[in-house]
Amino acid sequence: SSILHIAAVVVSGTSVVVYMYTWCLSSSIHISAVVVSMFSTIICGFLFLLVVKRLPEHVQVDDPAVVKRLAKKLERQQIPLRSDYGYKVSLFSHLHQYSRKAPLTQQLSIPSTVIHPSIVRLGLQYSQGIVAGSNARSVALLHAFKQVIRDYTTPPNEELSRDLVNKLKPYISFLNQCRPLSASMGNAIKYIKKEISNIPSQCKEEEAKTKLLTCIDRYIEEKIVLAAKAISKYAIEKISDGDVILVYGCSSLVNNILCEAFEKSRKFRVIVVDSRPRLEGREALRRLVQRGISCTYVLISALSYILPEVSKVFLGAHALLANGYVMSRVGTSQIALVARTFNVPVLVCCETYKFCEKVQTDSFVSNELDDPDDLMVTRKGKTQLENWQDVSSLGLLNLVYDVTPPDFVDLVITDLGMIPCTSVPVVLRVKNLDQ
Amino acid sequence: MPGADKEADLTERIEAFLADLKRGGCGTGPIRGSGETARETTALLRKVTAQARWSSAGDLMEIIRKEGRRMTAAQPSETTVGNMVLRVLKIIREEYARSRGSSEETDQQESLHKLQHFVHLKANVIEAINELLTELDGTTDNIAMQALEHIHSNEVIMTVGRSRTVEAFLKDAARKRKFHVIVAECAPFCQGHEMATNLSKASIETTVIADAAIFAVMSRVNKVIIGTQTVLANGGLRAVNGTHTVALAARHHSTPLIVCAPMFKLSPQFPNEEDTFHKFVSPHEVLPFTEGEILSKVNVHCPVFDYVPPELITLFISNIGGNAPSYIYRLMSELYHPEDHDL
Repeated sequence: SSILHIAAVVVSGTSVVVYMYTWCLSSSIHISAVVVSMFSTIICGFLFLLVVKRLPEHVQVDDPAVVKRLAKKLERQQIPLRSDYGYKVSLFSHLHQYSRKAPLTQQLSIPSTVIHPSIVRLGLQYSQGIVAGSNARSVALLHAFKQVIRDYTTPPNEELSRDLVNKLKPYISFLNQCRPLSASMGNAIKYIKKEISNIPSQCKEEEAKTKLLTCIDRYIEEKIVLAAKAISKYAIEKISDGDVILVYGCSSLVNNILCEAFEKSRKFRVIVVDSRPRLEGREALRRLVQRGISCTYVLISALSYILPEVSKVFLGAHALLANGYVMSRVGTSQIALVARTFNVPVLVCCETYKFCEKVQTDSFVSNELDDPDDLMVTRKGKTQLENWQDVSSLGLLNLVYDVTPPDFVDLVITDLGMIPCTSVPVVLRVKNLDQ
Repeated sequence: MPGADKEADLTERIEAFLADLKRGGCGTGPIRGSGETARETTALLRKVTAQARWSSAGDLMEIIRKEGRRMTAAQPSETTVGNMVLRVLKIIREEYARSRGSSEETDQQESLHKLQHFVHLKANVIEAINELLTELDGTTDNIAMQALEHIHSNEVIMTVGRSRTVEAFLKDAARKRKFHVIVAECAPFCQGHEMATNLSKASIETTVIADAAIFAVMSRVNKVIIGTQTVLANGGLRAVNGTHTVALAARHHSTPLIVCAPMFKLSPQFPNEEDTFHKFVSPHEVLPFTEGEILSKVNVHCPVFDYVPPELITLFISNIGGNAPSYIYRLMSELYHPEDHDL
């Protein structure tokens, strides 16, 4: 973005010079007109600076210049570059595709002197899928950062507010290499960076560290734990006796809501819909059955069979985009589509810290590609796709996220209340004004 | 005695066929494809016509009906068996009417029980069944020949699961045109994987996606081409599970949905109550026994078929050409006689 800054300044400067010249040459020109055009050019220059945000690197993998720039940046931070795996479907050549089977330590040589050990552990947990789900990932990230802050000492002649932020940058690049950051993690990181840079310079180190640790604890408490309680309170109003509720995959928030509703003696039964290759629904099934909720389990291909029995659909979200689209686990949009056809209400539950300023209309431009080998399955001792890498015209696609259009969603339940999908930019604006 | 031997042979073959049908009820589909089932059924009915003892057209129809009832009872979801029985019954009626030279309905019904033109009737019926068998042999090729009319270059085509008809259709088009195919794997049996390997061996650019990604990739798909297990009398489909989702996603994106189905899959049944339409297989495919502790506390369903209403379908491609779903009732009245609809 430095190049863009320079370009904008040069453009504005040149236009100022040109106008001064013309004014000097022909003084018969009305002064106010010249002044107005000058100001408008300068304003345009500044707007150009502000509005053009740089596109993140992890969605420009097909651009070799961007890849080289990323490699140089990682080299500067002493973080190794992780290489892509397998044949990528041409529609998604702009995204990374990493392998999960080969352990991360074989793919990258992790410099333990540069990266804090708790961050290394976190990165390994992300890449293996041991820590999965946007809430779990954010909480794990914040705990790891707390450990980093505890172990941090300000080097001499440096200010804590600037040096700590610079220390965190390579860690974030490393975590990005292990698994692309989620929207909730991005928001948490923005918050931490802001808190760190707001530390006054005369603050002593111990005091600053305790302040930051309490900030992080408060963030987790407010945005995740208390938000879950508030959302459960609203959602339980929507669950009546005799309901048949359909859930998809494993959303910690939705499981929480169902368990609380069951404790408040609501009579309902749950249908858990699952999909290959992640099969996260089995985890949700275990948690619900443990509490004693009566459950049914089907795969997503049996959706049209099971939907006539369903009275409500509860879905979790990974992020809510500024144009009202819901980004969630792949398959969510299908469930919302078929539920809409059968006239079953769809309710999305999402905390406000997952709202992000991005806009997206389809599932291609910004997504995550998981290990394609996960799609292989062995049935009756035979694996059909065993040698898919050898066949040049065969590709496997393992998407992680998809976006659901807002016309399929009837209600979004957040900690601020129950809002329609289209009110997301309003919430974002209110949050920005607060901060 | 040669007569008794032949009879024993025939009953043995029928018993073997029924056993195959019963066994083929497991999830991965019948042991033979529906085309082979149709051929086998017709061949057996031809043998029955040749060897059984009958003295009038009505007798023959009663014998065929009896055998047909036995065969359909073995595997009710395999509708091609019933369809072939109905075709043979229609052939008998037609041949009888032709031999008598009359075309009146009432005349036919009375005199079916009378002994008339017996020898010629037998030969005519067997010849007509032979023609039917030739027609069955050529169905896949007839459908595949129409491929170039419907697929142009640089298209992205989506298909679900595995259908031999669609495979032949796409392979035929791939000889002249270059296009991309996306195959939805169709859990839990994952027959899409076999389809994808076969297509990629014919040098067609293929991508395998999980069922959950059907709506996500549908916006880039130009056409959806699917096969089906049965075409119902109202123009709807009984197809492999997951097809209804594909049809809804295609309608949302205004993508045409083309069904490649040979005529022998057309059944006079209407989509009826839920409990008779669906077929279920062992839930072990969905939640394996290794998930021990929770198995006894949950209900697990594994339906095999989906109903797709005719409004979602754009075109049927069969061996006699392309038709709209609203025309199916007409084709059915030409293939089967209304009195035979209930075996």
